Order: sequence, then C-alpha cells, then structure tokens
Amino acid sequence: MKKSALLAAVCVPAFLAAAPLAAKTLVYCSEGSPENFYPGVNTTGTSFDASTQIYSRVVEFERGGTQVQPGLAEKWDISEDGKVYTFHLRKGVKWHSNKNFKPTRDMNADDIVFMFERQWKQDNPYFKVTSPNHSYFDDMGMPKLLKSVEKVDPYTVKVTLNQPEAPFLADLAMEFAAVQSKEYADAMLKAGTPEKIDQEPIGTGPFYLVQYQKDATIRYKAFPEYYGGKAKIDDLVFAITPDASVRWAKLQKGECHVMPYPNPADLEAMKKDPNVTVLEQAGLNVGYLAYNTQKKPFDDVRVRKALNMAMNKKAIVDAVYLSSGVPAKNPIPPSMWSYNDAVKDDPFDPEAAKKLLAEAGYPNGFETDLWAMPVQRPYNPNGKRVAELMQADLAKIGVKAEIKTYEWGEYRKRLQAGESQMGQMGWTGDNGDPDNFLHTLLGCDSAKGVSGSNIAKFCYKPFDDLVTKAKVTSDQKQRTELYKQAQVIFKEQAPWFTVAHAVQLKPVRKEVVDFKLSPFGRHTFYGVDIKGK
Amino acid sequence: MLRFILTRLSLIIPTFIGITLVAFFLIRLVPGDPIETMAGERGIDAARHEQLKKDFGLDRPLIVQYGYYIERVLHGDLGKSIVTRETVLNEFQSLFPATVELALCAIIFALLVGIPAGIIAAVRRNSIFDHGVMGISLTGYSMPIFWWGLILILLFSVQLGWTPVSGRIDVLYYIEPVTGFLLIDSWFSEDEGAFLSAVGHLILPTIVLGTQPLATIARMTRSAMLEVLGEDYIRTAKAKGLSRFRVIFLHALRNALIPVVTVIGLQIGVLFTGAILTETIFSWPGIGKWLIEAIFRRDYPVLQGGLLLVGAIVMSVNLLVDLTYGFINPRIRHNR
Repeated sequence: MKKSALLAAVCVPAFLAAAPLAAKTLVYCSEGSPENFYPGVNTTGTSFDASTQIYSRVVEFERGGTQVQPGLAEKWDISEDGKVYTFHLRKGVKWHSNKNFKPTRDMNADDIVFMFERQWKQDNPYFKVTSPNHSYFDDMGMPKLLKSVEKVDPYTVKVTLNQPEAPFLADLAMEFAAVQSKEYADAMLKAGTPEKIDQEPIGTGPFYLVQYQKDATIRYKAFPEYYGGKAKIDDLVFAITPDASVRWAKLQKGECHVMPYPNPADLEAMKKDPNVTVLEQAGLNVGYLAYNTQKKPFDDVRVRKALNMAMNKKAIVDAVYLSSGVPAKNPIPPSMWSYNDAVKDDPFDPEAAKKLLAEAGYPNGFETDLWAMPVQRPYNPNGKRVAELMQADLAKIGVKAEIKTYEWGEYRKRLQAGESQMGQMGWTGDNGDPDNFLHTLLGCDSAKGVSGSNIAKFCYKPFDDLVTKAKVTSDQKQRTELYKQAQVIFKEQAPWFTVAHAVQLKPVRKEVVDFKLSPFGRHTFYGVDIKGK
Repeated sequence: MLRFILTRLSLIIPTFIGITLVAFFLIRLVPGDPIETMAGERGIDAARHEQLKKDFGLDRPLIVQYGYYIERVLHGDLGKSIVTRETVLNEFQSLFPATVELALCAIIFALLVGIPAGIIAAVRRNSIFDHGVMGISLTGYSMPIFWWGLILILLFSVQLGWTPVSGRIDVLYYIEPVTGFLLIDSWFSEDEGAFLSAVGHLILPTIVLGTQPLATIARMTRSAMLEVLGEDYIRTAKAKGLSRFRVIFLHALRNALIPVVTVIGLQIGVLFTGAILTETIFSWPGIGKWLIEAIFRRDYPVLQGGLLLVGAIVMSVNLLVDLTYGFINPRIRHNR
C-alpha cells in the first residue's frame, strides 16, 4: 500500500496539492516564531499573537476596538481619589491542562496577584525566569505606580496606586498583563523547571496550545470550558511563513485563511482576487520627523514651522507608502478617541517657508543632519527614501540636510540621547490611550535624561500641563477636551513634522466570517468562524 | 590508512579553534547587542541595560567571556538562547533533521540527474545534448535561489496547483516528531495521506536547493570524463574490444569520479548556505533560518553554538570525503 503511495507521489504530484480540510480549522499564515509564550517579557507582535489566544487578562479590549471591557474581573470599583481599584473576579473560570500539569482549582485572586508580583517584585522566584526584562510593565510605569496589590478574598483583588492614573485600566488589558496559573508556577518551581510555564503555557483563554514546532507550526484547539463560551472554530493553526510573497501564494491556494503584512506590490492582485477580501484600517501608529527642540536652530519655533511648510508630505506618502499610509497631521492617529480633526495641517508652501526662515535669521538657510530610520516599519516603510525626499524639498529653501543613519539599536540610543538635529522615528500605540502618545512621546518627563522616548526633547509647559492633568483625570469627557487642546498646541509648537499613519491591510479569504482588525495589530481568532464547513 | 586518518584528524583541532574564534568575535563586531535588540522601539534605560548585561555575563572583558565559552563548550554545554531561553542543543536537535532531510534529497536529486547528464554530455561531446546540458547547467548555476524558488511556487503551486506552496507537511496532519525526519515519521504514522503530503512538500525545495549542486556536478563530471576518456588505457581497453558500456562505466567512470567526489564534498557547504534562502522561501523549519534570525537578534549563544555544530558537520563530511578518495584511489592513501 505504502509503496504504491510512494509511486503515486512521484508520478502524480497534482494529487498531493489538494489535502482535505478538516471541519472548522482556521489556518493563519503567521510571519515568524514567537520568542516564548510569556508576553510579560516580549515586545514583538509575533510573540503577542501566539500567546494572546491562550491567556485572559483582568480586563480586555473589545474585539476590534480600544474600549476596555470586563475580562477575568467581572466588575471593578475605583475610589473617589482614583487611587484604589477593587476588582471582583469571575467565578468558575477554568484553566487549561497539559501533560505536565492538571490544575486542581479554578482561577482566583492568587493568580492575579502572581501576575503583578512576577513582574514587579525582584524577590519573586519567577522575576528572572525566562527574562528579567519586563519591558511593557516597566514602560507603562507600573513599578512606580503600584503601591500595593492585595488579595482581599479568593475573588477580590485590591490594587492601590501611588497617584491617580487614568490609563491604568487600559494598561491591564495589554498583553503583558496576561494571567498565568500560580498553581502551575508553584508546581514547576518545585519540579525545578520554572521556565516550562512560559514554554508549555497554561491559560484561561479561548484556545489551548497543543503543539509548537519552532519555525513550522503552532497548533491550538478551542477550549470548551472557556468562560466566554467555546470558540466557533475547532482548531487554530499558525503556519509560520516568513516570506510575504509565499504567504500570499498560500492564501491564494487556500492553504491559509488569513495573512498579515502583505507586500504592497501584491495589493493590486489581492484586491482583484474573487476569493480574497482585503480588510483596511488606519492603525494606532504614527511616523514622524522630530526636530531637536533643544538644539540650534530648532529651538526656534519659526524654524520648525518653516521646515514643516517646506516638505511635501503628500508626495512622500504617495511615493513611499503607496496605499499603505495616510498623511498625518496630529501626533495621534484618527482612530483614537480625542483625535482633533479641527486642527489644520501646515500647508506645503516653500515660499512662505523661505520667508519665515529669513525672519528667524536664516535667509540663506543652514546646514543640519537628518537621521533616517535603518529599519522598515509599517509607519515608515523606507526611511532612507523618505529622508531623500525630505532632503530634496529642504534644499529648495536653502537647508542643506546631511542624511545619517546607524544600526537600529545604536540609532535609537543616540536619538534618545539627543544627538540628532532632525531624526525620523515612529510609534505604535500600546493601550489605545492618547496618554500613550501625547505624554509618553511629548511630555517633559520623557524629555529628560538620555533614554526618554521624547526624542524632540520637547518640554513646553502649557502642553505638559494639559497632558499631565489628563493623566490624572478619570472623566473621559474632560480628558478628551484636554487632549484636543494639547493637539492644537502641538501644531503651533511643531516639535515634529508628522509624516503618516500606516494603514493596516489584511487579506482574508472569503470563507472567513467576522474576523475583526485589531487597532493594536493583534490577530485574535475568538469569535471568528469559517463558512461552509 | 591509519596514518592517513590520523593526519586528517589532527587538522580538525586547529580548524575547530578557528571556528570558535570566528563565531565568537565576528558577531560581537556587529554593532548593537542582544539587549538593545530585544528592547525594540521602546529602548531600555541605561541602568537596566547594565543589569541585564551583567545577568547575561556580557559585561566581562571579551577575552574572559571567550574563556568561559570555551570552557563550557569543552563540557558539552553550548548555552541557552538569549531570546527563547531554550538550550542551543535542544533547538538544534529539533531543527537539524529538517535541514538534513532537505539537503539529502537535494544532493540525491543533484547526483541522480547531474552524473548521468555529465556522462552523456562527455560521451556525446559537441552534440546538441552536450551543448544543452552545459547551457542549462550554466543557467542553473547562476540562478538566484530566491527568484528561482518564487518562480517555481508561482508556476507549480499557484498556477498549475500541482504542489503545495510551503511548509514540510499539510498543517492538517498532526505528526508527533519521533526521529524529526518527516518522511520517516509520517511513513510510520497511522495517517496514509501524511507521507504523501510530506513527499509533495519536499519536491520544490529539493529542486531549488539541488539546482546549483546539480549544475556543478554535471559540469565537473563532464570535464573529468572527457579527460579520462582521452587516456591511453581507455584507448587500449577499446582496442581490446571491450564493450562501450564496460569502457565507460567500469574503466572511465571510476577514475573520473575522484574530482567529482571532491566537488560533492564541497557542495555540503553550498547546501548549508543555500538552505538559508531555500528554508526562508519554503518556510522550512531548519537551521539555516534559525542562524539568520540569531544574527538579526544578536543571539550570541545560538550563533556560536550553531556555527560550531554546522562547522563540525561540514568537517566530518569532508573527512569522510577524504577517506572515500583513499577508497576510490589507492594512490592517495599511500602518498606519504
């Protein structure tokens, strides 16, 4: 029998291509292997996508949006002063199990406390397991923000903050706050293999991990006891396919149903394919050119304004981003709440720019550097090309810009240290809160020192007052007003030339039902169905 | 023969030290470090950076780090990946069978097609067949792997629908790795279709990876055969009235094979290099892709360990080739 099979394989390869699809299996052609299955120490979307199917969080982002909704916590109370959060946990939430471990209890307050302490307390036995670098926990300011995390009873957790922080709830919906089983952690610690909890994970999420083969596949099955009800699909497979053209070939052939990060060059064909829909959404990101506001001549707002008017944004976006970007006028993307659409962008007007430059004392222009991003990002697909276009525009008003670049790690470090005069950078939002852009990238706090993410070193009191006030106000309406004003000041002060927001494009096969684009760029498959199977 | 083997073996030690030196220092010459790379856009503050460097032992002087590294290697410990925290050896073991499976298929394909093509081209010198083989092999030799792979996918997978696009097996077959060689594992699995699927998935990557060695082997066989066919003893054999078959296959081929075997040995290195690209196009979970990623992420332990292991394999294969010479041509083993 098998001999004949071999013969058939050699003679009739056509026969091989069509393997039957099992009932309700969704195949996602992912772009790479995850680092591990513990999002607390990860920073890449690839790793987050792999683990987000497995875990639940205290609160969750709504599917396809940035609003926060109940997760493992059914409800919560916030104290008057905005400093004490009391979470009331859902009862009867089941853990997955695997060959190493069978849970004996449901999820409870111990697990939530463990989630915090693993990333927060250096003496926690798990603090250094897998990696001691809890990037997001640290970046969201948790170590300074948290005063105490207490278990009140098995289903109530009280978190006390040092100061009020409006984005705190949104932070807890982020990937780093995935809740792991304390019982599993204790068991693995006892067995001397603590890192197992991050390699063979157990969660309370809609899918459990069946098998992970590095660089090949990640297999999940729907968890029948998921607290939100079983997923509509039965099996979820990540077919790891690093090359974008190959992902597209697989999608065309029906070897996968959803693919991320298409080649811009393939988009035309994708849109024409009758079996494929290309979903589109402006992502939570921004690409920009930061002027170092503490260095001459960019300490003069007139110079910054002049340069903003000298560069042809539309031409840059058309030439470099093709259909994968839209011109940006504000530092936050249009899909984010509090986006101020009334703000007018600086017009492209080289004559006016020249005049303004002369007013500022540079009638003949000046010489400057212009740092080009060495890596490709959705918000900046080709840093060098963007820099060249900028350079050409600036030359027309007499500004001689010398393009510089470094290896990525070095590049970022030097920018943060304030070495550049003009530098390209970008940002992808973490928690859907405007604070994450306006305060993180433009507040005085992050302009200090040599490693803050405010690379324009922009510290302007009227602006900073607004974003700091918004940070401690819990009323969303008030916060919206404050952020809108902040965007007006941003435009007047022009610490950046805002370039573009990348548009998320996701080719999906027609048989996939109800796949929603995540503004965070995540790929989640709970709630997704497959037609006709 | 023993002395021959010992001489060859003694050359291994300096080569090995050379590899550790190159693997260790070369990656450290590249700017950036694993901690910076891990931090991505977000960056990392200086104090934490220092702390992590200390945790990974990267704060010590290079020469000290190298010393520790060699000590660990001598104890058989290649360290853990900085990114995944898996041991390098475990990762290597899980990925290596995929590379070997592909490389073996590619070299078998190259030999099965290359040697006969070379022989026929030599025997029918200046015929249309000869010019055809030489022309095609020159094209094959200069074909960029990436382009060649994509063309084959577009033609055979997307247009004609004969072969699957990429991967090692259809994702719907769930094969628990036992040997890691999917052809073997799927053969013994319950699922009849699994083996077929594994074979189907091998076809295109085998052709892509095998093309360059095939071209080299065909050209080498042709020129070696031509040289041997002009020798006196062949003329004598022919004059004695031996059949054309005996002359070509028994008398000429054996001597012509010596340079061909050398080339085959050298192709192992080519296969590993080619595997990097082939594995990326065909989403083949092998060590080529693993090493490339380690370079991007500055995952020092993976890169050092991986290069060392690959180096050891290439050296072993070459040693084997050296020994094969001795077998094919006794003059070599007696040459002191």
